[in-house]
Amino acid sequence: MPPSPGRIALTFLLLSLMAVGGANAVIPDIHRQVVATLHWMDDPTFATLFAIAQAAPGPNVLVVSLIGWHLAGWKGRAAATAAMSGPPALIAFLVGRALNRGAGSPWIERIKAGLVPLAIGLILASGVVMARSAYGGPLSLLITVAAAIFVLACDFNPLWALSGGAVLGLASAWFG
Amino acid sequence: MPHPPSPPPGRLQLFLGFLKIGLMGFGGVAAVARHVLVDDRRWLTERDYASVLGVGQVLPGGNVVNASVMIGERFHGPMGAVVALSGLMAMPLAILLVLATLYERFSGFPAVHAAMGGTAAAAAGLTIGTALKLARRLRPPPSATAFGLAAFAGTALLHLPLLDTLLVLAPLSIGAQLWNRRS
Repeated sequence: MPPSPGRIALTFLLLSLMAVGGANAVIPDIHRQVVATLHWMDDPTFATLFAIAQAAPGPNVLVVSLIGWHLAGWKGRAAATAAMSGPPALIAFLVGRALNRGAGSPWIERIKAGLVPLAIGLILASGVVMARSAYGGPLSLLITVAAAIFVLACDFNPLWALSGGAVLGLASAWFG
Repeated sequence: MPHPPSPPPGRLQLFLGFLKIGLMGFGGVAAVARHVLVDDRRWLTERDYASVLGVGQVLPGGNVVNASVMIGERFHGPMGAVVALSGLMAMPLAILLVLATLYERFSGFPAVHAAMGGTAAAAAGLTIGTALKLARRLRPPPSATAFGLAAFAGTALLHLPLLDTLLVLAPLSIGAQLWNRRS
């Protein structure tokens, strides 16, 4: 029996507050809940939904929307999306409001300055993790390095690098 | 070097800016968000973007999702937060369902996998390049660089849980900032 939208919302509400670093940080927990504990879907289905969410543009939290949609149609999608992004958005709003009001205060500026290197280090880390899972041989490494240089060397639209990667991937399948 | 900031965006512009970020953010939105907010629309300086992202990183939820809420709030209060967040989510939510339907039909084609693989590799490179670009432009002092590298090594190389890494490094990094400025 498919879970009710309310039950879906409750599951993701709890997970949303643990998702420091975004939805990808709690993918193992989501998997444990949805597949192992609640038996809402099997492993291959979960993997497929994750792959589709990765292929789509936008924030990683959308994998949860897709899970909700798969479980209970558009109501499930709405419930999952709202539950997963609602509480963090509310917290971000309150913190953002406090920080924006206090902008210029030396304390707040120093707290923010302390968080900046961590954010940059973690973005670098997520790039390396993504590169590892995308690795399929020398060509994919070449695409990754070329895309990194592209960003470093110019301010052009990143979409160029993404389409370049897609074309190279296609070309290798065609000729290889 | 630092672009001159543009005048603050109206609500519609804010919505459209984040719509663009959501639409172009394949494989994570941090890279394209920096491009749109700093290079393209010039609503934020490099330092502003890094610091909003830094706060967004330590709160629950995606860093760019949190950043969109805080940037929206800065320009237009509660309404701005709603506008920026819905701009970011609108297109991807729609595209996702189209993709899910298409995937069932076309996932057997090797060409689809090859193109997706190439895109994923490029998205990884964009994310790495964006982190390096932020680091290069902000020129952090050695202590900040050390904390950044520690965060990178802890999560990407040692595979420590993100939350534990942050619980240890955030107080230390903030403490170092407070200590540096005082002395």
